[in-house]
Amino acid sequence: MCNQAVCLVAAEFERQGITTVVIQLLREVAEKVRPPRALFVPFPHGYPLGTPNAPEVQRAVIEAALRLCENPSSSPPVLVDFEPTKPSLASRPPTH
Amino acid sequence: MGSLNEFPLKIRLFLRMYPWRRIDLVPWAPLAKPVKECRIGLVSSAGFVTPEQAPFDDSIKGGDPSFREISGEIPLRTLRDTHRSQSFDHTGLQQDPNLAFPVDRLREMVEAKRIGSLNGRHLSFMGSIVAPGRFVRDTVPEMARIFVRDQVNLALFVPV
Repeated sequence: MCNQAVCLVAAEFERQGITTVVIQLLREVAEKVRPPRALFVPFPHGYPLGTPNAPEVQRAVIEAALRLCENPSSSPPVLVDFEPTKPSLASRPPTH
Repeated sequence: MGSLNEFPLKIRLFLRMYPWRRIDLVPWAPLAKPVKECRIGLVSSAGFVTPEQAPFDDSIKGGDPSFREISGEIPLRTLRDTHRSQSFDHTGLQQDPNLAFPVDRLREMVEAKRIGSLNGRHLSFMGSIVAPGRFVRDTVPEMARIFVRDQVNLALFVPV
C-alpha cells in the first residue's frame, strides 16, 4: 500500500509543478499505478534505501534517484531499475 | 527487488486482487534548474512521528489519511516508527531512520553541493492506506500546498 500511496502523492505534486521521484519496492505495483518517475530498488520491504547505518548504500540510491530527475530526454512514466555500481552495494539486508 | 512473495499468503492474495489506482494521464514537471540549485523536500510513508506528535491511528478503517510535518532540524534518533503494518520487518527503521527518512544523507549532499538546499520541513504519513479516497481528496492537496508554499523544487518519496 505504501508504494501506491507515494505514487498518488507524487502525481499531485507534479501537477503543482514540483519534480518528483519515488523509490519503489514493487515493480508490478508501479507499473499498474504509473507514478511520473520511479526507481526500483533491490531491497525487501522495510529497507527502501538498502541497509541501516550504511551511508554509502543509501547515498547511492538517492544519487540514482536524482539522476532520474536530471535526464532531460525522458518522458512519463519513467520506471527505472537501480543498478548498484559496486559489489558492496548489491548486498541485501536480511529478509524477514 | 521487493516482491509480493515476501508477504504471508493472505496478504499476497489481497494484493493480487486489489484494485490499484492507475494514474491515467501521468503529470510531468521536469526540473526547471540544476539539482545543485534545487530545494529538496522529503516525503516518507513510514509513519514516523516526532516525540510530541500523536502516532498514526491504526484503528481507522481503510487507513489513517493524516500526515505530519517534521522539521528539517529533527534529530533522527528521536523519530518514532508508528507504521501499523506487521507484514514487513521494522528492525532496520528502528536502527536507522535514514532507511526511510534519509535526512542525514540529504544534509551531506547539501554540504557536498550536490543539491542546493533542504526544505525546512518534511512530510510523513502512514502508507498503509487501503482505501485512499479521503487521502487523495483531502490530504494530498494539502501536502502539495505546503511544498508549493515552501518553493520546493524536487521531492523525494520513500515508501516502506
